[in-house]
Amino acid sequence: MENFLNQLLSGLATGGLYASIALALVMIYQATHHVNFAQGELAMFSAFLAWTLMQGGFSYWAAFLLTLVLSFIAGAAIERIIIRPIEDKPVLTVVVVFVGLLFVLNSVAGWIYGYDIKSFPSPFPANAWYASRFMSAHQVGMITVTLALLILVFAFFRFTALGLAMRAVAQNPVSSQLVGIRTGWILALGWGLASVIGAVAGMMAAPIVYLDPNMMGGILLYAFAAALLGGLTSPLGAVIGGFVVGVLENLAGAYVVGTEIKLSVALVIIVGVLLLRPSGLFGRTVVTRV
Amino acid sequence: MKRFVIAFAIVAVSAFAAERAVAAGKYDPGASDTEIKLGTTWAFSGPVSSTSPVQRQMAGYFAMINDQGGVNGRKINFIALDDGYQPPKTVEQTRRLVEQDKVLLMYGQIGTPTNVAVRPYLNSKKVPQLFVTTGSYSLIDPKKYPWTMGFQSSYAAESRVIARYILTEKPNAKIGILYQDDDFGTDHLQPFLDALGDKAATMVVAKVSYAVTDPTVTSQILSLKAAGADTLYLMAQSRAAAQAVSAARDQGGENLLLFIPYVATAKSVIGPVGDEKLKGLMSTESTKDPTNPVWANDPAVKDYLAWVDKYVPEQDRASDRASPLGYISAQTMVEVLKRAGDDLTRDNIMKVATSLHNVAIPLLLPGITLNTSAEDYFPIHTLQLKRYDGTRWELVGKPVEG
Repeated sequence: MENFLNQLLSGLATGGLYASIALALVMIYQATHHVNFAQGELAMFSAFLAWTLMQGGFSYWAAFLLTLVLSFIAGAAIERIIIRPIEDKPVLTVVVVFVGLLFVLNSVAGWIYGYDIKSFPSPFPANAWYASRFMSAHQVGMITVTLALLILVFAFFRFTALGLAMRAVAQNPVSSQLVGIRTGWILALGWGLASVIGAVAGMMAAPIVYLDPNMMGGILLYAFAAALLGGLTSPLGAVIGGFVVGVLENLAGAYVVGTEIKLSVALVIIVGVLLLRPSGLFGRTVVTRV
Repeated sequence: MKRFVIAFAIVAVSAFAAERAVAAGKYDPGASDTEIKLGTTWAFSGPVSSTSPVQRQMAGYFAMINDQGGVNGRKINFIALDDGYQPPKTVEQTRRLVEQDKVLLMYGQIGTPTNVAVRPYLNSKKVPQLFVTTGSYSLIDPKKYPWTMGFQSSYAAESRVIARYILTEKPNAKIGILYQDDDFGTDHLQPFLDALGDKAATMVVAKVSYAVTDPTVTSQILSLKAAGADTLYLMAQSRAAAQAVSAARDQGGENLLLFIPYVATAKSVIGPVGDEKLKGLMSTESTKDPTNPVWANDPAVKDYLAWVDKYVPEQDRASDRASPLGYISAQTMVEVLKRAGDDLTRDNIMKVATSLHNVAIPLLLPGITLNTSAEDYFPIHTLQLKRYDGTRWELVGKPVEG
């Protein structure tokens, strides 16, 4: 019983990792209707940026905030410079560009920082009051941060004019332009915000999976499963999907199929969701007039 | 008459020149009067990229040899290509090195599944696959693959040494095993179980695997703990090893006895775990730790540390000071090339490499020398156990045959 509880809670902790990247994926999807395969690498790069700032003498929180700002600018810049020229191209072109971005970011990070693993500090002190035998302080903190991000994203899309504009642009760019929304800058904003979410995810992940250019590779795959499971159009779905995937992965590995095919569990989820309920558990089914 | 004299002169001169060319050396592709081309593939990117410092050590050692005039007057040209620890890529890059860059031999390629992938190709082309950077024993088969030779002690030897240590020091141990789900893991697992013999069934309480793509191995460590293990053998490397040690200490406390393979003991790999959690961790070793004060006056160690400061890139220096694996491997390669003299054919190089007798490499622990023969393709057999005391690795016991 205790092992079950341990596996469950550990699954929730890793699920928090998946949930935060899934949230960034949903953010970009909400803004641009594209799935960003390079999201993990952007998060990794942001974590390295934070590390560099801390090496340069900044305190954790100063580096944290500065990284968020820099990530926002970088995300918006990538959208304007790299994605804009291919906005109206076939979806395959866009996918290829995203994958290319993934490889470029991974290699550049490796080139600049090397591939040795580095330790990354956690803002949550190890002996905090919320730490327990089952979950470390950092794991509890990470889940809390993910939930906070979720609430912020939800509020942004639901209650702000900018969020509404973003959803409009994603659904119907032509009409949005006609009513006066600057679609170009809205898309850049969407990317910027997704990069910020990714940066937070990266900085939460790094203390656990250790900082190196490959830290996000495995996480991204599970995050995809999570985002698809929850529904690419639903931030709440992404987060719940993340926790579900994390727990399922652990329980399946420990009790059902053994640890050899844990990764296959995620892939089966992806395929299953796409076959049975493509809009995910919480997503809206999109109907388009042909 | 005049034509005859000229013809005779031409024949005489060319015969003389031809004889001189033969005397200067016998060469296979990749070797010449001025250069020896060595090729390698390495995981510069990908999940085990934290091993890159080893390759940089090798390159740095060759750079020093070149600065000193080269091997028998020939400079070493060390071409390294990235395979990202993906066997299909290793095949592609190896073919390129052999057929396009025309290297003399493949040296020190890293990884077990990667080397297995190119083994048939290199053996059929009769290109030496020398001193591979892996301890896999299933990779090395002198009868079937006579061109493939190991360097560091095999993982089998290491597992046997660890098994014997547990049987003598902690015979009532409940052992939990975490192994990487590829040849690296199974090359540790099978010999370990074999060495425990019939006690394996009672002592080993759980075996779980992990994939290099798993973001964390906490779930696996939890399973081992749930099975009641008080001794863990973590057959992991790179980031997974660091995570496993960290998770094991979190879950099991400091009384848990932990073993990791020697390939995971470099500071660049487990440093981030933190000295407090690393305390008590055990592994095996065949080389001197140059940062250990007990070797402070050893001339080989002093030379090595001076070399690190001159030839190793800045970011690697701190961790390289403590682990000279690449340096020692390169030293052995240079020794073989030196002994091959002017006969730099692939046949001769294999002949030299398979007839090393008690070759002393100063950075190996006292009592350990290199020995190879036509049946025995592992130059290093002897290992000593070591334990991390919170600051550095301390040797335990005496060197034993693995």
